[in-house]
Amino acid sequence: MSNSKRIRWTEFAIETLVRALGFSTIGFVLLIFLFLLREGIPAFFEVDIGNLLGARWYPTFDLFGTLPLLLGSIVVTATAILIALPLGVATAVFVREVAPPWAREVLKPMIEVLAGIPSVVLGFFGMTLVAPFIRTTLGAPTGLVAFTGALILAYMSLPTIISVAEDALDAVPKSYRDASLAMGATKWQTIWRVVVPAAKSGILTAVMLGMGRAIGETMAVMMVTGNAARMPLTLDSLFRPIRTMTATIAAEMGEVAHGSVHYHTLFGIGIILFLLTFAINLAAASAIFQKRRKGGLR
Amino acid sequence: MMMSRYRTQRLGFALLALGALVVVVPILFVVLTVLVRGIGAINWEFLTAMPRDGMKAGGIFPAIVGTLLLTLGTALAAIPVGVGGAIYLSEYARDTWLTRAIRLAIVNLAGIPSVVYGLFGLGMFVLFLQFGTSILAGSLTLAIMTLPIIISTAEEALRAVPTEFRTVSASLGGTRWQGIRNVVLPQALPGIITGILLGLLRAAGETAPILFTVATFFLPRLPRSPFDQTMALPYHLYVISTQVPGMPVKIQYGTALVLLALVLSLNVVATMIRSYFRRRRQW
Repeated sequence: MSNSKRIRWTEFAIETLVRALGFSTIGFVLLIFLFLLREGIPAFFEVDIGNLLGARWYPTFDLFGTLPLLLGSIVVTATAILIALPLGVATAVFVREVAPPWAREVLKPMIEVLAGIPSVVLGFFGMTLVAPFIRTTLGAPTGLVAFTGALILAYMSLPTIISVAEDALDAVPKSYRDASLAMGATKWQTIWRVVVPAAKSGILTAVMLGMGRAIGETMAVMMVTGNAARMPLTLDSLFRPIRTMTATIAAEMGEVAHGSVHYHTLFGIGIILFLLTFAINLAAASAIFQKRRKGGLR
Repeated sequence: MMMSRYRTQRLGFALLALGALVVVVPILFVVLTVLVRGIGAINWEFLTAMPRDGMKAGGIFPAIVGTLLLTLGTALAAIPVGVGGAIYLSEYARDTWLTRAIRLAIVNLAGIPSVVYGLFGLGMFVLFLQFGTSILAGSLTLAIMTLPIIISTAEEALRAVPTEFRTVSASLGGTRWQGIRNVVLPQALPGIITGILLGLLRAAGETAPILFTVATFFLPRLPRSPFDQTMALPYHLYVISTQVPGMPVKIQYGTALVLLALVLSLNVVATMIRSYFRRRRQW
């Protein structure tokens, strides 16, 4: 009797424990947001809005304009996605639909290797080899420019884009392909006109997740973009130094006094980053959840 | 007509293959470059000695030890929470809005930028809980960052165990937890270990979360307690490639190679465990 009571108590204790651990994830998201708010909100009282939304980021002169940093992040991320999208989709389609088994066996682990390379190693590689190459090709004074950062970021978001796009292609029912082939279409026509369009929204999800990855990337971007906080307003800004939000936090947080205006403003930038990635991932996740309910990620 | 359709197909396939090549060749190039240029720096002294001459000579021993300690700390904190959470999601949770909230939280944790984890770690562990810049603060920050990877891969491994296993255990009079502990967990273990390794290799290679929570520029001794600062490989590579003028390139590439080798060997072990047990599996 006491034995069965003990078993029942163990069952109850275990279930309560793992439930608490499961719910702790929600707690962590809330905690992260709370601490960002706690340290970042004072910035909005200490610095007036006009200054915060201004075009000049010179903390030593009390100029905290976040606009160039925000635009810097957007320019680098958008360029990275423009590079990564065609490459990622082509690779996913190649791996899923075309490649012979041996090529797949080579490609998949290679992409996993890419996903595993630490961002600081890619940043170092970008600094020592990619940037000099870009400098000599362009004849520019420096190779540490927005484009170099975008190029590295494109490769860093590729593993995400490829794997989500692969899932999307995988979820296209075989009957679609069979029907198309039975109508006399070639394999290429089937891929191009049937499979890829059917996987469109899954590919969009892949792009969004890749974008979330790119906008939050820190070390590689900081090491190769030159870190000049200037407004990227003209087209040639792509080939000038630029500075992103993430790089600003990473480069400056180590040197500010805790509790200073500058410190609070850096946390404020953290709030912007948190909300941006939250929105991107929320959108991507709701797309995934919806498709899952309808059966298949398409 | 027939010919041109197939010519288009050949052209299309060639373009796809070209895309895949453009993705893969630079990866190979990065890995091989780091290997070729870094291998010359690797010797016993480099791996086991303290740095000398403002880090321009000597070894990177404290950075290696620091990264191993941080990874160990991350493992200690993240594995119980991650595997426990995965057990809840896979074995206990019903599909309610609360469960969906957990899944959403996991997706968002996975998407939070690494530098924002650094800010959080600074605000909560270093300052609010007064751990100071310490291995403890850094490990906990990295653990929360690693959590979503461990939970989602472990849940996937648990879900892959067929329902019949649980049914049979229950029909023999086992309780739910007995079924999980004696039947489901052992079957899912290889998958769970793969997930843990994939999470830990992320943690070992990250720089931004440890920037303000633990890493120190130069500390030519080993940490003595969890409340000590430490050097770490990724941060060390960042420092010697951007902050120290006149740094010998060989040492930079050597450090990059040690970091890359550490992370990629974890990667290879994880992949091997996965494919080995997938082949041996009887269901």
